[in-house]
Amino acid sequence: MTTKTHETTPVLPLPEGVARAVALVGGVIAAASAMMSWTWTSDFPGDLTYYGSPAGLQWLALVGGALTALLVLGSYGTPGIRWISPSGGKNGILFAALGTMAVCWYTVAAISIQLGGLANLEPGGWVAAIGSLIAVLGALGLPLDRRLTVKQPTVQWWWYAVAAASVLFWFGLDQGWVLVAIPDGIEDIFTTNTWFFLTLPAAILLFKGWLLLDKALRIGRIERPLPAVRELSSWIEILLIAGIFAVGLAAVTFGVSAEYGELFVGYLLLIGFATAALNSSGLLARIRDLTAKHRAVTTGGAFAAAGAFPFTQSSDTYTLIAVNILIFATVALGLNVVVGLAGLLDLGYVAFLGVGAYAAALVSGSPFSVFRGVHLPFPIAVLIGALAALVFGVVIGAPTLRLRGDYLAIVTLGFGEIFRITMNNMDGNSGPSLTNGPNGIAAIPDVTMFGFDFGKSHNILGIELGKFGNYLLLMLVATAIVVTVFSRVSDSRIGRAWVAIREDETAAEAMGINGFRVKLIAFALGATLAGLAGAVQAHVASAVSPDQYLFAGAVPPNSAFLLAAVILGGMGTISGPLVGAAMLFLIPAKLQFLQSYQLLAFGVALILLMRFRPEGLIASRRQKLEYHEADIPAQASPTDDALSKAGA
Amino acid sequence: MTTDTAPTTTAKPVLQASGVVMRFGGLTAVNNVDLTVGEGEIVGLIGPNGAGKTTFFNCLTGLYVPTEGTVTYKGTVLPPKPHLVTQAGIARTFQNIRLFANMTVLENVLVGRHTRTNEGLFSAILRGPGYKRAEAESREKAMELLEFCGLANKAQHLARNLPYGEQRKLEIARALASEPGVLLLDEPTAGMNPQETRAAEELVFAIRDKGIAILVIEHDMKFIFNLCDRTAVLVQGQKIVEGDKETVQNDERVITAYLGAPLEGAAEGTSTTAGTEDDQ
Ligand SMILES: Nc1ncnc2c1ncn2[C@@H]1O[C@H](COP(=O)(O)OP(=O)(O)O)[C@@H](O)[C@H]1O
Ligand SMILES: [Mg+2]
Repeated sequence: MTTKTHETTPVLPLPEGVARAVALVGGVIAAASAMMSWTWTSDFPGDLTYYGSPAGLQWLALVGGALTALLVLGSYGTPGIRWISPSGGKNGILFAALGTMAVCWYTVAAISIQLGGLANLEPGGWVAAIGSLIAVLGALGLPLDRRLTVKQPTVQWWWYAVAAASVLFWFGLDQGWVLVAIPDGIEDIFTTNTWFFLTLPAAILLFKGWLLLDKALRIGRIERPLPAVRELSSWIEILLIAGIFAVGLAAVTFGVSAEYGELFVGYLLLIGFATAALNSSGLLARIRDLTAKHRAVTTGGAFAAAGAFPFTQSSDTYTLIAVNILIFATVALGLNVVVGLAGLLDLGYVAFLGVGAYAAALVSGSPFSVFRGVHLPFPIAVLIGALAALVFGVVIGAPTLRLRGDYLAIVTLGFGEIFRITMNNMDGNSGPSLTNGPNGIAAIPDVTMFGFDFGKSHNILGIELGKFGNYLLLMLVATAIVVTVFSRVSDSRIGRAWVAIREDETAAEAMGINGFRVKLIAFALGATLAGLAGAVQAHVASAVSPDQYLFAGAVPPNSAFLLAAVILGGMGTISGPLVGAAMLFLIPAKLQFLQSYQLLAFGVALILLMRFRPEGLIASRRQKLEYHEADIPAQASPTDDALSKAGA
Repeated sequence: MTTDTAPTTTAKPVLQASGVVMRFGGLTAVNNVDLTVGEGEIVGLIGPNGAGKTTFFNCLTGLYVPTEGTVTYKGTVLPPKPHLVTQAGIARTFQNIRLFANMTVLENVLVGRHTRTNEGLFSAILRGPGYKRAEAESREKAMELLEFCGLANKAQHLARNLPYGEQRKLEIARALASEPGVLLLDEPTAGMNPQETRAAEELVFAIRDKGIAILVIEHDMKFIFNLCDRTAVLVQGQKIVEGDKETVQNDERVITAYLGAPLEGAAEGTSTTAGTEDDQ
């Protein structure tokens, strides 16, 4: 037997029945507060002044509070809603309550700060804050899964010294007396970034606070076997999957169409905590099992849900965002072939997107193209884009992939920059006339296929589908192609060879794999998929220009973000890069106030993720095995005595 | 030092190394070694640590390009490219286990079948009936091999999570998947307890019974003399003697090499030293 590492005890010494009732009541109060007015003026974004009709952030409080209440009821076996908590663990309740509290308190704080004081709160705001706090206190009285010991880094004394010095420095900047010691030329750097000298100590104190909290709560995770599922007929299961996608579509739509930063922050908080809650209640595992059982239905459902998105929108604004997410995600999935499967670090992947986009743009009838008269049909233009990227992939890959080590990273990084600079210079002045230089190739005509003009609005089934709605459906086809290619290839002879090369190149070669050849195939396939996406992108944006294809920039897709989407989402998986790309696109687009510190925030997020979830948001099957091998039932084998048989 | 003329084998030669020399700068790790493995034979290769045994294996399998000499498989000279050597019919295991740690046991064996299948990228994408048939056949053969090596019940486990002894078995199963004519085993029982060593012996015999010739490096003398039809002794890169159990055991140079020189003699029995830790 292994030694015990976890226990199931409450944090607050309440009788279980009382704690349960408190958590339930807290959740209900928080949810009910959404029906009240939270503030007196409509100045706060979203207008939270009405009784009886929730708006914006109040919806999030409603969902969080309801989820908390349902989890309380479900985990205590209330008939009818037991399904929400198959594991019966109580940690999910705490996570849901914390998520609700985070949303409510964040909103209350945002109202007070923006409008100048607590006086701006109406009773509803107070009810939300207090209700969610009650829910958390109740949840802390429930028997939670907790670690017996906590391993923590120590905060060294000099961290506090740095924090104190930093505050002092900030004060000095404020009063002006430190400036004496700073050379004139660089004074600006300090005076325009005073925030940093307060953020640093705040981060240190927050970290210490987190450690103290963690030590007190010791929240952990005990793997509980889920009870056997009742046999359902498969059409009910398929209906369930459809329901799951409907909820998913609603959640994503809410996020994509969040109109102001506050709402999106609240949304992120709730999504994060709710995911944790449902994961620990076991519902996510159930959903995973269900979707794994009906893979074709699931994939179809995901595409149907994505295809349904433009029909839920009254204007094209958010549909354009959705198309761009889809382009970004598709390219990230292509990169996942190269990085996730074959383990080749490609730092200039966006250049292949550019090659595809430029090649397609040149032959699609733009007045700015040097081939002015040429207007090939869209499918041919896409093919040309993909082929051009393939050629570049082979040309870049062939000499570099023979070498082992990090040469590829350096060469691809260089190629990415060379591509951009070359496109910039092929304007007829600094170089041959091909790309129209920094102005790029604009005014690419809209796609027309089978008499269907993608540039116009169409009325489909009584719903108006705008230009970007059309393109979203078109892009979905490209995504479907990439998903199919990825899933089929990754589970094939060549896909296994890629993973083998990634794991141990020498051993792979000793198993008969021609390393160079196989890597070149991966690299070329990755380039081709990017070229395909690029060709569609050129038509969606109806323009290509060199500055779209950067190594790192504020707007995805760029090589750094693509790589991050793959790593954050989960290497070697399909849904990982799609989820990673969606988040990396939405977060900067929605949190405009982060703009100038985006890369900093991004770096911090990456470090945190690598620390706490190195396998990425979505773990591949292989990684799941790595962490939860015990869960996999041993295959019944009639040949346990094979060895003695072999010896006979 | 002179090299004994190799005892003539009656069996048809499968693997033939002649005049193999491997120099690393000033160091001659393998010096003019001739060795023949005949059909259905189990040949042992012993020698103190650092004698050049693993280096010799690397020369045979194309991981190193020998400075001089040639390696022939069933009469054809092999190019020094590992994947072509495996394609020709030579498979190997590694002294320090080199599995694909994050792949499942079954996938490891399927990778071993790489040279015996030829589905490319397009057939994988199109998934025609031919592809499905080939893939199903591969899986079947891989499962057969796992059963043969006693790993069938671990097929879906990650290679990294197998206990040490089973990792060694998996390396053998993976090598067998390439349907070799000759199998090179580099210290297959290193780190095993006596029972596991006995089981490994049985496994080696069973492989020979499949008609696969075997060349095995080992430190465990009992293991070698139980198994091998013939044993060659390598000392400081040179083959000093080759023959059956009695010839080798009674050879004075072998006794000196193992017992006479205290430094090298001390190495017997220890499977790895710092010097051989990270070799191929
Ligand atoms: N790649 C290499 N570069 C330089 N020296 C090497 C290399 N590979 C092996 N050697 C040297 O060759 C000698 C023989 O090593 P090895 O073949 O591993 O011995 P054994 O397997 O018999 O214990 C050692 O001295 C080792 O350090
Ligand atoms: Mg060795």
